[in-house]
Order: sequence, then structure tokens, then C-alpha cells
Amino acid sequence: MADKHTNLIVSAAPHVCNPTDTATIMRDVVIALIPALAVSTYVFGIRAILMTVICAAACVFFEWASRKIMHRENTIGDWSAIVTGVILAFNLPVGMPFWMAIIGCFVAIVVVKQIFGGLGQNFANPAIVGRIALFIGFATPMTTWSVTKNMSQAIINNAGVDAVTGATPLAMWNAGAELPSNLEMFLGTINGSLGEVSALALLIGGIYLVVRKVISPAIPCAFIGTVAVLSLIMGFDPIFQVCAGGVMLGAIFMATDYVTSPITTSGRIIFGIGCGIITMLIRAYASYPEGVSFAILLMNILTPHIDSITRSKLNGVEKKGAKK
Amino acid sequence: MSSGKHLKGVHVNHSKNTAGMPIIPMPVPERVYIPMSMHIGAPCQPVVAKGDHVKVGQLIGDCDKPVSAPIHSSVSGDVESIEQFMTQNGRVDTNIVIKTDGKQEIAETVVPPVINSREDFIKAVRASGLVGLGGASFPMSIKYNTKPGQVDTLILNGAECEPYITVDHAAMLAYAQDMVDGMRTIMKWLDIPRGIIGIESNKPDAIAKFNEILAGSTDISVCTLRQVYPQGAERVIIYECTGRHLIAGKLPADVGCIVSNVTSVLKLQQFLTTGMPLTTKFLTVDGNIVAKPQNVEVPIGTMICDLIEHCGGLTGEVKKILLGGPMMGRAIPRDDFAILKSNNAVLCFDEKFAAQRKETACINCGRCVAGCPMNLMPARLSRAFKDKDIDALREYNVMSCMDCGCCAYSCPARKQLNFEIKQAKTLVMEDDKKKKAKAEAAAAKEAAKAAEAEAAKAAAEAKEGGNK
Repeated sequence: MADKHTNLIVSAAPHVCNPTDTATIMRDVVIALIPALAVSTYVFGIRAILMTVICAAACVFFEWASRKIMHRENTIGDWSAIVTGVILAFNLPVGMPFWMAIIGCFVAIVVVKQIFGGLGQNFANPAIVGRIALFIGFATPMTTWSVTKNMSQAIINNAGVDAVTGATPLAMWNAGAELPSNLEMFLGTINGSLGEVSALALLIGGIYLVVRKVISPAIPCAFIGTVAVLSLIMGFDPIFQVCAGGVMLGAIFMATDYVTSPITTSGRIIFGIGCGIITMLIRAYASYPEGVSFAILLMNILTPHIDSITRSKLNGVEKKGAKK
Repeated sequence: MSSGKHLKGVHVNHSKNTAGMPIIPMPVPERVYIPMSMHIGAPCQPVVAKGDHVKVGQLIGDCDKPVSAPIHSSVSGDVESIEQFMTQNGRVDTNIVIKTDGKQEIAETVVPPVINSREDFIKAVRASGLVGLGGASFPMSIKYNTKPGQVDTLILNGAECEPYITVDHAAMLAYAQDMVDGMRTIMKWLDIPRGIIGIESNKPDAIAKFNEILAGSTDISVCTLRQVYPQGAERVIIYECTGRHLIAGKLPADVGCIVSNVTSVLKLQQFLTTGMPLTTKFLTVDGNIVAKPQNVEVPIGTMICDLIEHCGGLTGEVKKILLGGPMMGRAIPRDDFAILKSNNAVLCFDEKFAAQRKETACINCGRCVAGCPMNLMPARLSRAFKDKDIDALREYNVMSCMDCGCCAYSCPARKQLNFEIKQAKTLVMEDDKKKKAKAEAAAAKEAAKAAEAEAAKAAAEAKEGGNK
């Protein structure tokens, strides 16, 4: 008999796997956010980059520190903290004091994510809760919008004499003021939170994620589609409603967060439609000008229920009771 | 034929390095080790003794239980010993060790069977020693023994969806005519009107070959399958070829189908024409450290290490040897095991391939759901398994998992989902058993109570009668 080989590794099949892992997925999300960051740097100046880097660094630090304190395995290598940091920064006005932003990062990473058990265990999107905590805790800085470099005449006319701050298009719309053109809205030379101004840049990132199969288009399409349809029904300009505020950022990057959104395609469509409806209801009837983050948070909470009503059905079995 | 809809699956890297290589017979090794249990069902008992001279194709092991397949010698030589040791399945089994004489004389019993009826045909199938060669090793005579009229479609499985393995492809190119003849024989005796050959579209030459042979015939057609793993899984190929869903717990015959691997049908046809039972296996030997990857015809019972040496040995330090493909194949702890009827590939890999991947937290991405051909929710099943929540396991149809591995393949958190589901199935089966035992005990108690009451009543009546 030929030479024997012993002590081989025995493990369960499959013995090969798709090269995509959690870190590559998260890295793709960061790459997809770069176009929006570029536009906001162009619109708001270098402080946009500074804010983004500080939030990402703070999130990574909080992730590392909380895992360390809780004697858990270090998970900063999975890039998820960086994604949370960048998305949170995108949700803040560029002029926000850095220390407040860091508090937002603390809420996002420590309170929402790590206390619930870390990646995969949080019931709500960390960046959204971080933003909402800041919005409630620091209402004034969170709604003080610095003037963009190429502020359109409309904003100056309506927002008045203050040369440092100006209103967002949604605030102007809520106040019934004259609005920027749809082209300006789409390109993003408008006022707003750091990363949400350019629908075009966010769309490019979204297409990248769909092409890379990181996200399925179900949630963004259902979300944006619902906002557009409801705008038409309510008699608003759908292009303005879709490009204004956080709809694009929320639909593409926050509502699609795997952990807090349903797992099946039908569940994702329900989730997206729900986000769209709540967003439009808040915009049209509530006292806040913007409702995307509340909409996503509410739907995050409903996700387990959506998951349980949209369970995938067994092939070839018509009704639930009919199996076997 | 199929409704345009497809079952889900995953795209895998084909790595078919040995594609186009013909199947070359391997010289007989010095010794072969033939275990008595190479099929699902009752193990065989040796019908030869130590010191007996055996010839190729001679019966050496048989069993009178219905679910079993006889075992034949793959070599000519002398029975050196009959020993108990562990086989590749991890079971301790009776093995017949034969020292070969190199003459490869053919046994006198090797004569074509005479078939005049369906019963004769089933008997011949059993005598061939054939089991499902795709890997299931289910005795073929049991599979073919269907009720008359129950089956209307014979599906020839030439999907070969596992990466690396190319041996079915090579066999199809070399023996297409025999396979078609074999199908027609089976269809004749089992009265099956329709035959379908399912081949994955990455083998256009095999598809063309069958189309050429079948030009003008209406009984058999070729179904080109998509390049999506696992097209070769029984439930998937039945759906893709006929549009019928095979639900867990049912047999293909329940949906009017018989599925046979291409080599099974080829070997059966060869048995029917020559009388030579199953004594050799076609194997792909490949992997990143095999010196000469190739397709080989190997006598059953050959040691895997002998086979590796025949293929030029290894160029690096081996860390993992797989029997079968990388998606469903089994990793073995050592290579001094014999090749069995059900093997179709031996793949050897070094450290780079064998490295264990670290498991991280589930991020609920849904890739496992998107990849599951059975439409299950593997992530949910994994959670239910960790919680030992048997009701949830049942509710999410754990028993429908066919262990194809698409979920674990696509999991970015590197979770061993199908392995967990496999263990979960055991949990549910144990629970079923417990419940059944409990129900039986309760029924027995009830029956005893009823009998007691009956007896009391009878006694009372008797007493009454006596009083009168």
C-alpha cells in the first residue's frame, strides 16, 4: 500500500464559500457613500470630511472600548462601526459641534448596538437612533443649517438676511416659501444635512450597491416609489419630495440595513412601503418638517412582525396545513 | 417542459480542471478491501471464506433482506482475510481483503441475464449490485420496483453540478449511445413513456452528442439545465425537467419520476449486455495538490492512498481530502480507506484550501434565504436550533432541508447553516420518536383501561347471571 496520510482536517460541507463576507459588504457600503461625501465637501467645504472622519473614528473607538469592557471579542475589523459613523455624520448639519456628534456616536454604538449584543442583535438602526437622540437632545444645533457655498437665490430671498444659516428646502416647503428648482434638488446644491443633499450622488452609491449585490432594490424602490405616489395623491411635487430631506439617504442606506429590515423580498417591499407612508404622513401632517428617520425607526420596530407574516412558503405546498 | 420558473440556488466556481479528460482504467492494486455495507439498507454477509480464489465479477457478499445490493469482487485473486475495521463512512464493517493476482480473470457467472418480464428485470437490476451512483447509494432495484403505471418519466441525471467533478461528463461523451440504450431498456420493462436527460449548460458537447443520437426520436429528450448549483439534486432536477415539486418525505415515484445518474444507467446497460456487475467506479481525482489530476476507472475496494499514488502523488502537504465535490462531499480523517460504490471523486487540498473560516454574527442579510432551493429560511432555522425550539423548527419546515449547502456557501458570516440544520433535524426526529412513544404508551394505557372495564363488566354480568 502507498504512503498513508493521516490527521486530515474533517469539517462539515460545504468546503468552499462565496468570497463575500461581512467586512467586504460593509466596505462596499463605505465605498458607495463616497460620491455623496464628495458632493457635500463641494457644497459645504472641508468641514464635511472632518465631521465624517470624526464620527467614523468615534464609532470605531466606542465599538472597541465597549467590546473591551464587556470582555467580548473585538469586532472593529468588520467595518460595521465605520458604516454607522459615516451614515450618522451624513445625518447631521455640517455646522454641528463635534462633541455633540460624538455623543450621537456613543448613543448609536454603545446604547443601541453593543448593549443589545453587538452586530446583528440591535433592533433599530444605530445611526438613526443616534440622530434622533441628537435631534431631541440638541434641537437647535440639529436644525441650524449653515449656508452652502452656492446658495440659490431663492434661499437667500426667503431665509432672510442671516448670512451664516439658511433653511432646508423641506423647512421652506413647510413654511410655504419659494423652493429651489428640481434640478438643484437632484444635484444637491441645496441646504440640508451633510450627506443627504445630493440625490444624484446617493443614487450612484445605491446603484453600486445593487450591482455588487450588497442590497436588493426592493426596499429603496418601495420606499421611494411610495413617497412619489403619495406626493401625487396629496398634490405635492413628487420629484421635490423624493429629492428633499433624507428620503434618498434613508431609502438607500438606512432602511436597507440588513439587521433591522425584513429578510424576505415580500417583507422588504412591505417595509419600504411602510417607510414611505410614515414619511409622507409626518411631512404632510406632523409638526416636524422631516419624517424619514422616524419612519425607518418605526418600521425597524415592526420588522420582526413583518418577518413572521412574510415567511417564505415551502415549494409545492399550497397552504400551511397541507404539508406532508 | 418546465414552466419557465426555476428553483433558487447559488453560482459556484466550477473549477472543472479535468474537463475533457477521458476515463482511463487504473491498473489493479496489490490488494483490495471490499466492505460489506456499501448501500443504504441491510449489510451483506460474505459468501466466500479466507483462502478462496475469486474472479472478477464473482459474488462475494449477499443478503436476503429486500433493501440491499449484492457485492462482487472487482479483481481476481485470493481472499487473504475477512476483517473488521472502519470504512470511510466511519462505521466498523466486515471487509473482504483480496490479494490480487493481476490476471483479472472473469468469473464464469458473468453471463448476460435473461429477461422476459418486469420481475426478471427487477431481479437483474438487483443482481447487478447497482446502487444510486450519484452518491445516495440507495439500492437501484428498490428504486426501480415501482407500482406499474405509477411512473411516467425517467430522468437521467447528467447535471454534475458539483465543482471539480467531470467524470459524468467524460462518461457521457464516451458512452452516450449506451446510456440512451439503457434508458430505452428501462423504459421498456418498467413501461415508462417518457425519458428526459438533464444536463447542465456548461457541458454543450455532451448536450450536442445526445441531441445527435436522439435526432428524430420522440421518446427521449434533452433538458438543458441552468448553471446554478444544485441542479443535480433529485428534487431540483425533477422540478427543472418536469415542473413537479417533490416534497420532503415523498419519493420521486410519488410524483411519477425515477431519477438515475448517467453512470448508473450506463453500468446497468453494460450488465444487461455483458453480465458484468458493478465492480469499478469512474472517479475524478483532483485538488490543488494532486500531481496529475485525471478521470480514472478504479476497481471498487482500492485504497484511496493507492489511487492518489496512481495519480502521481501529492505536490504539497495534504490537509483535507474530500470524497465527492466541495459542496456536499465528505472530508475524511485519513486516506487508507477503500473506494466504495457511491464515490465519484477524490479531491486533495493543502492548508490554503482547508483553512477554517471564522464564524461571525448573523447580520440578517438574507443571502441564505435567497439561495435556498427549497425556499427555507436557514437563518431562522439556525436561531431556532440554538434555542432548541422544536416547534419553531417544525414551523419553518426543517425537515425539508436537503443539505445542499447553498446557505452556508453564501453566508457572509461564515455560519455552518446546513450543518446546524442537519443537527436540528436529528432533534426533531428524536422529538417525533418521543412523542410517538408517549402516544403509544397512552394508547396502551387506554386499551388496558378499556379491557379492564370490559372484564369488570363481563364479571358483573356473569355474577348477575349467576344470581338469577
